[in-house]
Amino acid sequence: MRLNLTVNGRPHQADEAWEGESLLHVLRERLGLPGSKNACEQGECGSCTVYLDDVPVCSCMVAAGQAQGRAVRTVEGLADGDRLDAVQQSFVDSGAVQCGFCTPGLLVQAHDLIERNPEPTDAEIRESLAGNLCRCTGYEKIMDAVRLAAQRKAVS
Amino acid sequence: MDFLRAASLDDALATKAQRPDIAPIAGGTDLMVAINFDHIRPSGLLDLTSVPELADWSESGGVIRIGAGVPYARIISELGEHLPGLAMASRTVASPQIRNRGTVGGNLATASPSGDAHPALLACAAEVELASVRGTRRLPVAEFFTGVKRSAAEPDELITAVHLARATGPQQFAKVGTRNAMVISVCAFSVALHPDRAEVGTGLGSAAPTPRRAVEAEEFLAGELTSRGMWTDPRPLPETVVTRFGELVAAAAAPIDDVRGTASYRRHALGVLARRTVGWTWDEYSTGRQTCA
Repeated sequence: MRLNLTVNGRPHQADEAWEGESLLHVLRERLGLPGSKNACEQGECGSCTVYLDDVPVCSCMVAAGQAQGRAVRTVEGLADGDRLDAVQQSFVDSGAVQCGFCTPGLLVQAHDLIERNPEPTDAEIRESLAGNLCRCTGYEKIMDAVRLAAQRKAVS
Repeated sequence: MDFLRAASLDDALATKAQRPDIAPIAGGTDLMVAINFDHIRPSGLLDLTSVPELADWSESGGVIRIGAGVPYARIISELGEHLPGLAMASRTVASPQIRNRGTVGGNLATASPSGDAHPALLACAAEVELASVRGTRRLPVAEFFTGVKRSAAEPDELITAVHLARATGPQQFAKVGTRNAMVISVCAFSVALHPDRAEVGTGLGSAAPTPRRAVEAEEFLAGELTSRGMWTDPRPLPETVVTRFGELVAAAAAPIDDVRGTASYRRHALGVLARRTVGWTWDEYSTGRQTCA
């Protein structure tokens, strides 16, 4: 089937999408946007988190056809040109990246948290990121990065 | 496989009548996993996310109708006051991303004994709204579950909503798992006090082939509260009553040994959850202040 959707503010078309494939597959394999990662394909890990009409979802569990006419924002759409979003820059500065596979999903989910809740408590950060697994177990640096991003967004 | 997008409920019901084997999809948080892993290959997907009749909740005469497409995140943020038990259960579902997509309608469609919404729906005597081109019917949720992942929905029917009375007393939900998020319950329990009709509601999850009530426990506690005059004059619950309530809840379970836990652990833990949650609800009923773990 043919699919029309907006990704990171630009219209995209995917031809010959299989009806049973996921939005994640469309993004990675048909639209050349490999930032969203394919790890568990069952919603356990959060590595494929994207915004679907401004709501963070696991793109591996959105059927391709359900994204028809919708607006998707992926990790590739967080930065403003070469200028990283505060969440991205804070992950760099805090050393919150080890192997990096979970990072794109964490960035999108943390970005949404700070948008909705500019001054999250540690408990709120932990609950918000509970669906994003880092198997390097680098969670303390990730906590540091989210706290730093919230501080930076508050003063910017 | 084909993909059909329903624009209205009539549209969706007509398609389901013509093609009863088509798989309805809303949040996709169960169905897409099964497709991703090649566990099922339905003849087609019927997307319900654009059906306006499923997308909202409403209240009429003290009864709340939650459209089958309302995600858990909205139940938590919008219905915590009206339906505290269901909102607490929703808060324990998976992760924020999944709560943004997953729905009570989908939880019912999967009809797993471990579905997190089910104990709260049972404790609140919810009704499931089922629709087809033949008409609409409402079924008590306790009659909806017929076996492991089996329900009373006919092949041409869609789950369109659940109906629950607005809470008239405290409600609680508790579940046992290895962490707070992303956990299929080892066992789960919900209790609701219904002072308007001097009744108690319960629901057990991951405790039997289907989610089920602990009817004897409900009747025992309601009887004790009534005979002691405690609905109108709430005093501390006698320890013997709490203990017996826990025993009756445990006795209502028919659990199995599996990878998540043993039958004997589940029976024990259900008794513990029952005692704790009934204590919290009774504290709230007598003091007006919500307590929990």
